[in-house]
Amino acid sequence: MKIKETAKVISQEKIATDIYSMWIETSIADSAKPGQFISVYTKNDAKLLPRPISICEIEKGKLRIVYRIVGEGTKEFSGYNSNDEIIVLGPLGNGFPVLTDDAILIGGGIGIPPMLQLAKTLNCEKNIVVGYRNELFLNTELEKYGKVTIATEDGSTGTKGNVIDAIKAEGIKGKVIYACGPIPMLRGIKQYAKENGITAYISMEERMACGVGACLGCVCKSKDVDDHSKVNNKRVCADGPVFNAEDIDI
Amino acid sequence: MNTKVNIAGVEFKNPVMTASGTFGSGMEYGEFVDLNKLGAVVTKGVALTPWPGNPTPRVAETYGGMINAIGLQNPGIDTFIERDLAFLKDYDTKVIVNVCGKTVEEYVGVVERLADTDVSMLEINVSCPNVKEGAIAFGQNADSLYNITKEIKAHAKQPVIMKLSPNVTDITEMAKAAEAAGSDALSLINTITAMKIDINRRTFALANKTGGLSGPAIKPVAVRMVYQVANAVKIPLIGMGGIANYEDALEFIMAGATAVSVGAMNFHNPYTTEEVVSGIEEFMKKNNIEDINELIGCVK
Repeated sequence: MKIKETAKVISQEKIATDIYSMWIETSIADSAKPGQFISVYTKNDAKLLPRPISICEIEKGKLRIVYRIVGEGTKEFSGYNSNDEIIVLGPLGNGFPVLTDDAILIGGGIGIPPMLQLAKTLNCEKNIVVGYRNELFLNTELEKYGKVTIATEDGSTGTKGNVIDAIKAEGIKGKVIYACGPIPMLRGIKQYAKENGITAYISMEERMACGVGACLGCVCKSKDVDDHSKVNNKRVCADGPVFNAEDIDI
Repeated sequence: MNTKVNIAGVEFKNPVMTASGTFGSGMEYGEFVDLNKLGAVVTKGVALTPWPGNPTPRVAETYGGMINAIGLQNPGIDTFIERDLAFLKDYDTKVIVNVCGKTVEEYVGVVERLADTDVSMLEINVSCPNVKEGAIAFGQNADSLYNITKEIKAHAKQPVIMKLSPNVTDITEMAKAAEAAGSDALSLINTITAMKIDINRRTFALANKTGGLSGPAIKPVAVRMVYQVANAVKIPLIGMGGIANYEDALEFIMAGATAVSVGAMNFHNPYTTEEVVSGIEEFMKKNNIEDINELIGCVK
């Protein structure tokens, strides 16, 4: 059941340059699953469209989002304090399948947050691989739920390079991959999974308008004919954002 | 108190509809609003065969609005009848199907497939700015608009609404051409052709380069055009363009629209349509207005 409501900010803190972590009190939490997202609306009516933000953690009656300031909308959110109102719609999207096979959880940059709730939910062998430009965040929290391997572009921590470089360098093995991050990273993971006979579930991102599957703004190319429009376009907001990498062209 | 309006012999319980393309066929928004409370659901444009639409990005936000270039992605008329119309049958609201095509024959093909269904009206999309062939080409030239209207009227079993483009020098000329060819009603405005540049990527915000501007930013233009057209033709009008609340809806009605459609604002607030319905009722009560029809075109 999707809900749009004015929720309450419980707390907010800056956890890295331009990266904020916010807990909100919302009934959306009651039905939210790892890998789903919420739409956050700005209070400036001149900004029509909601900002889709992934769910980082789910607890009873509350959700955590960790997001990056990329424009005026997210900048407004970063200024919210405890007890401020926040307008949200959710939970949206399908979320990650929760399997029992040995898992590799991979997050790149602002694709890392959804991996935290997934790591908490999964009840299996977990290897967590996170990639950063240089500044780390959420890595110590992730350590509570599995072995964390770090890759940084500048080599300041862990493997110098990307998440695939780190997986290879550390000889990380698993039967299923869960990933969220920039498209080039997801493309690399799709390729790596194929070469190694692993199933990869990847979370996609696209410019959205409605967020609920009506406007067809946020499609991605799919291998099979989609149910909605009978073409080869899946809706990232409603059919995704999580797809089996084999099923989509990236 | 009467909120019913009549367009070409079709009675609507109230004048509030959804603007084509912003509401799907109501399935997704049925989670937020009671479709039974709407005057009509106007469906997303449907063609004879499935259309894949444009590459992404397809949407971008602009000040007070948004631009889109979806490119009329749709499942084609067969799936639409089987799934979407079957879904809408269970609701006590009128259904207006938005029809698109690349050639006159394709429009006629869709119109003929709908002849045996119980949809109330057909809205003919000759004004989408985001597809290369057909569509807008028919809506930007008075002679082509006259010809396609005439052809569609010859095959349509339901009353026809020609949807007008604002991207013309004089919209009243288009309105008169559609009326002369037998159109039963008109809807206006479709989106305004627009562009946004992403200065960081040094490219267009939309893959299609241009898109259609909608949202509150276009409302004053739309109200002006509805007023002009209302004074140029006798057939009823459905007004739309940036309607966010009942006050906006009443502006269109007072300018001469018999009904109104809520579009982009569904994305901002999924409850908008229902809120406009109740807002109009409260306004009528407060101002002792017995019949909504008193307000249609009351501003001269």
